[in-house]
Amino acid sequence: MGLKSNLHKLKEKYKDTKMAPAFNAIHTFLYLPNETAHNGTHIKVADDLKRTMNTVIMALIPCLIFGMFNAGYQHYLALGEIQRVSGGFFSSEFWTMANFTVGFWKILPLIIVSYVVGLGIEILFATIKKHEVEEGYLVTGMLVPLIVPIDIPLWMLAVAVIFGVVIGKEVFGGTGMNILNPALTIRAFLFFAYPTWMSGDKVWVTGAVERTNEIVAGAKLDVISGETILGSLAQGKEFAYSTWDMFLGFVPGSVGETSTLLILLGGLFLIFTKIGSWRIMLSATLGALAMGLIFNGVVNAGWIGEGSKFYSLMTTPYWHHLLIGGFAFGAVYMATDPVTASQTNKGKWIYGFLIGFISIMIRVFNPAYPEGVMLAILLMNVFAPTIDHYVVQGNVKKRLKRLKVKTT
Amino acid sequence: MGLLSKKDAALIKDPLTDNNPITIQVLGICSALAITAELEASIVMSVAVLFVMGSGNLIISLMRNIIPSKIRIIVQLIVVATLVIIVDLVLKAFAYELSKTLSVFVGLIITNCIIMGRFEAFALANGPWRSFLDGIGNAAGYALILIIVGFFRELLGAGTLLGIPVLGNPIPGELSGVYKYGYENNGFMLLAPMALITVGIIIWIQRSRNKELIED
Repeated sequence: MGLKSNLHKLKEKYKDTKMAPAFNAIHTFLYLPNETAHNGTHIKVADDLKRTMNTVIMALIPCLIFGMFNAGYQHYLALGEIQRVSGGFFSSEFWTMANFTVGFWKILPLIIVSYVVGLGIEILFATIKKHEVEEGYLVTGMLVPLIVPIDIPLWMLAVAVIFGVVIGKEVFGGTGMNILNPALTIRAFLFFAYPTWMSGDKVWVTGAVERTNEIVAGAKLDVISGETILGSLAQGKEFAYSTWDMFLGFVPGSVGETSTLLILLGGLFLIFTKIGSWRIMLSATLGALAMGLIFNGVVNAGWIGEGSKFYSLMTTPYWHHLLIGGFAFGAVYMATDPVTASQTNKGKWIYGFLIGFISIMIRVFNPAYPEGVMLAILLMNVFAPTIDHYVVQGNVKKRLKRLKVKTT
Repeated sequence: MGLLSKKDAALIKDPLTDNNPITIQVLGICSALAITAELEASIVMSVAVLFVMGSGNLIISLMRNIIPSKIRIIVQLIVVATLVIIVDLVLKAFAYELSKTLSVFVGLIITNCIIMGRFEAFALANGPWRSFLDGIGNAAGYALILIIVGFFRELLGAGTLLGIPVLGNPIPGELSGVYKYGYENNGFMLLAPMALITVGIIIWIQRSRNKELIED
């Protein structure tokens, strides 16, 4: 008697009852269904929703593993117990068991909370609405731990997940009907509800907040901190990371967003498996570069002096914007979400370009919101149907014109 | 009902439940979003609207036979404006701090769609007593939602009710109450989008309890 047959028995037993979707969901999540079609003509495609979701999760695994090592690395670096990595990506100073252990035990609870709460809500709603549980949360549940600061309290994450799944998705009709990307809705909620946990120099390094509290309580310890590059730039401060560090990801930041290299690999994997849209990724990059070039140009033309509060962000070399902050992660994993992105090919170009363009604009002009890419993607999510509408209408008009030319 | 006939009682009861001006007719949303960050402001705003609507409906109803229909909107505006100025001056005289919190929103009661809507739809066609009840009923329906939203926004957003801390002391170093266990105020509740979402959730709950209210 394996788990599978037990689950199957339970499924049969609770068939046609209120609890049926819950058992079905767990069953199909863990195993292939026993039932196959028996007669008639069928077109067989292996790419069902579950397969698609699992592919994205596979693309996220490298970022997750790297995030675990990086969490420990930033922790020990801030404590002054280890030196900065000097030997490139495969440097043995970085890939140590000690680093991994710290990160693993910090990130595992985030993943568990994200999945348990999120799937719980999904199952609850499926039971109320009497439909099957959809796999929509599988990717969101993995994205959420990757885009939050590592020290976020678990109850906050749980509250945010409830908000994001209910208000961001279920009220619109569940998976496939949502206007906003649920993972980003969750992050935006955290960002506006608990700003002290989402920005500043204490939240990106695990243990920093605890240490601060101990010092407040009277312990004689050194403060540990780690500001993100964007945060330092927004305050016009110096930071000590090389371009190479930014690209490889040895910098403080949200759990999974720091390594541009691994995100790039994940992106290529998504393009290769035809899950993610290369048009959106490419056009978002172009948009970001365009805005970065404009800012650099404005500075070069001498319109902005050193006294301006935007100076340090504006002088950042335009291509640096692709490496710092969550831009790469957002463009590859968030903007390409097929439900909330534009559907038409021309629409995807416009949608992606504006995401890149607006991300960098928010980043530079509003230092209070260093992570512009989150807000830019949410904004463009709202506009995606409008873009599609005009693309389709434009096509209809063009064809009508052709028709008229032919008939006259 | 000894005091009110069944028909009259419905004038008060309906706007509180199945014909609520905010959740069903979706009127008067602006002020419901703008001033509900604190419970006290919600209550004062509710009382102000209660006064303006009750007496406004009564006055319009008394004048309904002598108002030329071509200029009735102007006449209605003058009546509301007069009443609102009375409220504004009273607030400035007796609760100056609060009138600063409410700022322009007291003045904007004039443009509250519920008030003009009830003048047009009810007071112009009904007697003074029934118009008065209708005004009170609708204002009470508005007040009910305002107070519910204000209650949750202040409680979850600032941890206080009517300015009194009810969840403990959030200042680091001297934590008490729920803050000792790591709880923190939800700053999002103090922003207008969360007010809209709160109103939306009330609408959701109301319609799932009474399916007849769902329109396609």
